[in-house]
Amino acid sequence: MQEIIQYLFSGITTGSIYAVIAVGLSMLYSSTELINFSHGEFVMLGAMGIVTIWVHLALPLPLAFALTVAAVAFMGMLFERLAIRTAKKHQPITLVIITVGASILLRGVAMIIWGKDPFSVPQFSSHESIEIAGAALVPQSLFIVIAAFILAGTIHLFFKQTLTGKAMVACAVNKKAAWLSGIPSETMGVLAFIISTGTGAAAGIFIAPITMSSYDMGTILGLKGFCAAMIGGLGSLWGAFAGGILLGVLESLGAGLISSGLKDAIAFILLLLILYICPGGLFSAKVAKRF
Amino acid sequence: MNQRKINVFVWAIAVMLVIAPIIGTSSAMAASAYKIGGIFDSTGPASFLGDPEKKTMEMMVEQINASGGIDGQKVEAIIYDSEGDPAKAVSAVNKLLHKDNVLAIIGPSTTPTTLAIVNFVEKAKVPLISCAAGIEITSPVKPWVFKTAQSDLLAVAAIYKTMQARNIKKIGIITVANAFGESGKKQLVGQAKDFGITVVQQESFGPNDTDTTAQLTKIKSASPDAIVCWGTNPGPAVVAKNIKQLKINIPLYQSHGVASPKFIELAGEAAEGITLPTGKILVTKLLDASDAQKKILEKYEADYKAKFNANVSGFGGYSYDAMVMLANAIKGSGGDKEKIRAALESTKKYMGITGEFNFSATDHNGLTPDAFVMVEIKGGTWKLLDK
Repeated sequence: MQEIIQYLFSGITTGSIYAVIAVGLSMLYSSTELINFSHGEFVMLGAMGIVTIWVHLALPLPLAFALTVAAVAFMGMLFERLAIRTAKKHQPITLVIITVGASILLRGVAMIIWGKDPFSVPQFSSHESIEIAGAALVPQSLFIVIAAFILAGTIHLFFKQTLTGKAMVACAVNKKAAWLSGIPSETMGVLAFIISTGTGAAAGIFIAPITMSSYDMGTILGLKGFCAAMIGGLGSLWGAFAGGILLGVLESLGAGLISSGLKDAIAFILLLLILYICPGGLFSAKVAKRF
Repeated sequence: MNQRKINVFVWAIAVMLVIAPIIGTSSAMAASAYKIGGIFDSTGPASFLGDPEKKTMEMMVEQINASGGIDGQKVEAIIYDSEGDPAKAVSAVNKLLHKDNVLAIIGPSTTPTTLAIVNFVEKAKVPLISCAAGIEITSPVKPWVFKTAQSDLLAVAAIYKTMQARNIKKIGIITVANAFGESGKKQLVGQAKDFGITVVQQESFGPNDTDTTAQLTKIKSASPDAIVCWGTNPGPAVVAKNIKQLKINIPLYQSHGVASPKFIELAGEAAEGITLPTGKILVTKLLDASDAQKKILEKYEADYKAKFNANVSGFGGYSYDAMVMLANAIKGSGGDKEKIRAALESTKKYMGITGEFNFSATDHNGLTPDAFVMVEIKGGTWKLLDK
């Protein structure tokens, strides 16, 4: 029993990270119909950014957090401006390949800037781990879970309550109609990139203290996030979130109860099964409905 | 007549164009006689191995040339990057064997990249000195293949010896899911019986895993006397941190794969009390003045620091030893590959960075468990354990 609780704790922690990454991916897909395979690299940039700004430059944590997210979101904007928009008239597959190329480029640049060695980031608070029913809970895990809910909640409110958010939804539902009613769809596209990469950076920042940050950490995180988004249903915000948590918990239970060698395999077997049984994802409506 | 003149002229130019590069290269060849190939994973996931190995080889070639070369001939190093990819190692070895016509090859850095090219050098009959750890490279012995890195076999033996002295009977192991971890697992499980140790739980983790608490919880429930983690950064640092977070009070042993100051930096406080085997280079300062290796270690450290302004690692030592033994073997061979091979095989009592090498027809690694010392991490630094 004690073990099961421990597996759940670690599963929910990892799952929350997958969830935030999946939300970023899914949100971008909703607004631009584009799957950004370099999303994991933006997560990596977030983690590396906090290494530089917080650990090396020793700025206060909230400021370092804001600066890192802003810097990575700015990179996301540049990426949209320079690489995606210039190729806009092309097929979706071209755009997807551009994002794959961008991920290789970002990884290479990060390797040159930060070197090949991994970095360690201290925990945000120096509290000891808490013991619940014999299982240990790391304070950073609480930070991660709370932050994941706040992030997803904020994005949810943004889309439901603000005019800009609603305009983005309109663009997603029908770009031409939105444009006809005076919504600047290109600006909305940039905005989607900024929010998506910004949340990616936040995920990277929160994950940095529980793991090691290195230039090549993004690839597998991006893939897991993609898996989670597919499981939950691409385009659905809370679906992607739930998919992330589910993936994390299943991975952890699988590693604990079956075999740790199968940990990564579980994620991808799950993805294949879900694509086969319900291609729209677990939580999406029958008709592809966004938000 | 005029037409004929032009034709001759054109032909003359054509012949010159074809011949010129040949003359050019042959004169260049006379100037730089001994070509030695290098294949290292200087970028990619194994760059922490390949990068210092490549730098060390370049430094050694420079030193050899500065002191007049080998038998008066200059040495030229031709180094390719295999990026940790066996396919790239194969294309590099083909270039070295057929285009560059090298006398011998040093590298590659990892077991998979080395195993990928072994057949090529055997067929071409060119000596290869690998810098990888895997025991499969030199066991069974292949005539043209040598290696300078300590085998996992020796590292496991060193750990188990310490455990025996500490009366540890049951262990849980957690290994990284790649060639290094698999080879370590094989040795850990295979040798356990010889030391009266039982492996009660086996787990693995991915090279880029962010969390290993599930595996560790499972190991904890098997209540072993000690946990052995086998991997290279950053995974083992995550394991060390997770053990502290889960408040598992079981001593942790790590492999020589994390024997670098980087590991202490990554694991921070969680590194305290970890025991691991390492080559002597990590603890040069702590060695007795009477230690036969101390002098060469200090020299290498100083030279490397002066040239690259970086700290040495044991990994660079693998190519250091390879280069020195190769240079000794080339001496007097006149560039005959069979003579070089025979001279390498009869290398005895060479005191290197990694340990004392004694090659023979049945042993192409030539090291004993003495190539390792056991250290404990105390107060953020290494402490030598008594033997």
